Amino acid sequence: MPLYETVVGLEIHVELATASKVFCGCSTAFGGGQNTRACPVCMGLPGALPALNRQAVEYAVRAGLALNCSITKNAVFDRKHYFYPDLPKAFQISQLYLPLCVDGWVEVSGKRIRIREIHMEEDAGKLSHDPWTDVSLVDFNRCGAPLIEIVTQPDIRSAEEAVEAVRKIRAALSMLGVSDCKMQEGSLRVDVNLSVRPMGSDELGTRAEMKNINSLRSIGRAVTAETARQIEQIELGKPIIQQTRRWDDSKGASSAMRSKEDALDYRYFPEPDLAPLSLSDEWIAERRAALPELPEQKRKRYPVEFGLSAYDTDILVSEKALCELFERTAALCGRPKDAANWIMGEVLAALKDRGEPPDQLRLPPEALARIITLQSDGVVNRNGARRALTAVMSGEAEDVDGYVTANQLAMVGDESALAGIVRQVMESDADSVAAYRAGKEKAFGRLMGQAMKALRGKGDPGRLKELLTEALGEG
Amino acid sequence: MKLTDDITLRVAKLSGIRLTEPETAAMTRDLGAIVGYFDILNELDTAGVEPRAHILPLVNRWREDVVTPSSDRDELIANAPARRDGYVAAPKTFEGGGSS
Ligand SMILES: [Zn+2]
Repeated sequence: MPLYETVVGLEIHVELATASKVFCGCSTAFGGGQNTRACPVCMGLPGALPALNRQAVEYAVRAGLALNCSITKNAVFDRKHYFYPDLPKAFQISQLYLPLCVDGWVEVSGKRIRIREIHMEEDAGKLSHDPWTDVSLVDFNRCGAPLIEIVTQPDIRSAEEAVEAVRKIRAALSMLGVSDCKMQEGSLRVDVNLSVRPMGSDELGTRAEMKNINSLRSIGRAVTAETARQIEQIELGKPIIQQTRRWDDSKGASSAMRSKEDALDYRYFPEPDLAPLSLSDEWIAERRAALPELPEQKRKRYPVEFGLSAYDTDILVSEKALCELFERTAALCGRPKDAANWIMGEVLAALKDRGEPPDQLRLPPEALARIITLQSDGVVNRNGARRALTAVMSGEAEDVDGYVTANQLAMVGDESALAGIVRQVMESDADSVAAYRAGKEKAFGRLMGQAMKALRGKGDPGRLKELLTEALGEG
Repeated sequence: MKLTDDITLRVAKLSGIRLTEPETAAMTRDLGAIVGYFDILNELDTAGVEPRAHILPLVNRWREDVVTPSSDRDELIANAPARRDGYVAAPKTFEGGGSS
């Protein structure tokens, strides 16, 4: 059997975080009774005229700049025609000829995945299928919500690269605040275009498009499964049919939805009801200058500035909420490494226990900073600090000091001084700490010696030894 | 471009319109005249004319991102051919058959 190479391109639909829809003033808020967030414009009633939401353009441009695209100064909207009950106008306002952003890239493990374009368009309504009758029920609340579609070139060669590309794009977009990027809720939707070819070939094989992929993990699974399916077809001498397939994550397999034979000619033409855009160089330069620091920049800065590992950095910069918590906590308590350790350890573990995603984090940086300070000053021990954190995250406590007092978590007199000494010695002689943790027990004596010296007889050496042993064990 | 019945039928299919044979012939004639007019336009010398996407000299006609009240639901969907529980009821479609 020859070796095959998988060739993947992505189409990523992202719902923009505007308050109102892209061409009318209806709210984009999630939920609401069916068809209560709709009007003649988004319902496509005769005579209704679209009016472009400026914020949606701002967000789309911001996304384009962050993903290294050129901005099309004279972008135009086009009508894309097809008939489907969730599309009341029988056309979708989109962009074909002059999309807003073109020729960008995202870096994935040292390699550039090119982004062909990012265009603006409107979302469709939602259909529910009643299994007992022959009707589909249509809710137009989502119809007309602003979307961008990010289209990559077929530069991806593995499941890992596909997942990584989406993670990187998602991290950038959520840092920009242009979308909440929730895959489960459908505000970030990924379609995977995949073909296989013999290794070394330059030609593209016939591709299949997979839809309904709802998590980062299922992107990887879908790529792996579809690659295997196509190779098997080829090995059996069967043709690959150009088709759209629906991914079923519970089965770990996809099934054909429709083939290209009944593919439509969308009869695109420029949308006559919307004026073209005309964006000046200055206008674009202002937006570029106003971009926040992006994950890629933070990825380079954290290890240098804070001494964080590449792994910790990657986790922190991939989630906007964690990243903000880290930066603000570090600034407040002046202990970036402790801040990172607490977030990577206790905070993530607590979120996992509670089954909550990072963006639902309820932990003010002031509280975390205070907890870190109290522990490093030896006011509370590790266990007390942990209890305070849990109390704040569960909403049981708001004020850290109040909680510490009320629950008598502060170590009294000697104890507190001893803990402070332990902390101090471990910080000033990190080499011995590392040596001890690497198995060199002799290093313990060195640390204990320094601690005794700092103690100057004011306290219980036995208890000091216990505290040092405990702290070293916590790594 | 010569417009044929085949092209008319294809456009009709894409537009969701059913045509009888006499209607097809009439449509081919009418559409042919329109397409023929574009052939005349194509003879014009447009060398010095800037390409444009819109007939009016307007750009950046946008509004601020402000939520305005949506319509009264019952009134909004009153003209739909069928309704149920505040939804518009449509002939059943197979799952995931849309576009985009
Ligand atoms: Zn509306």
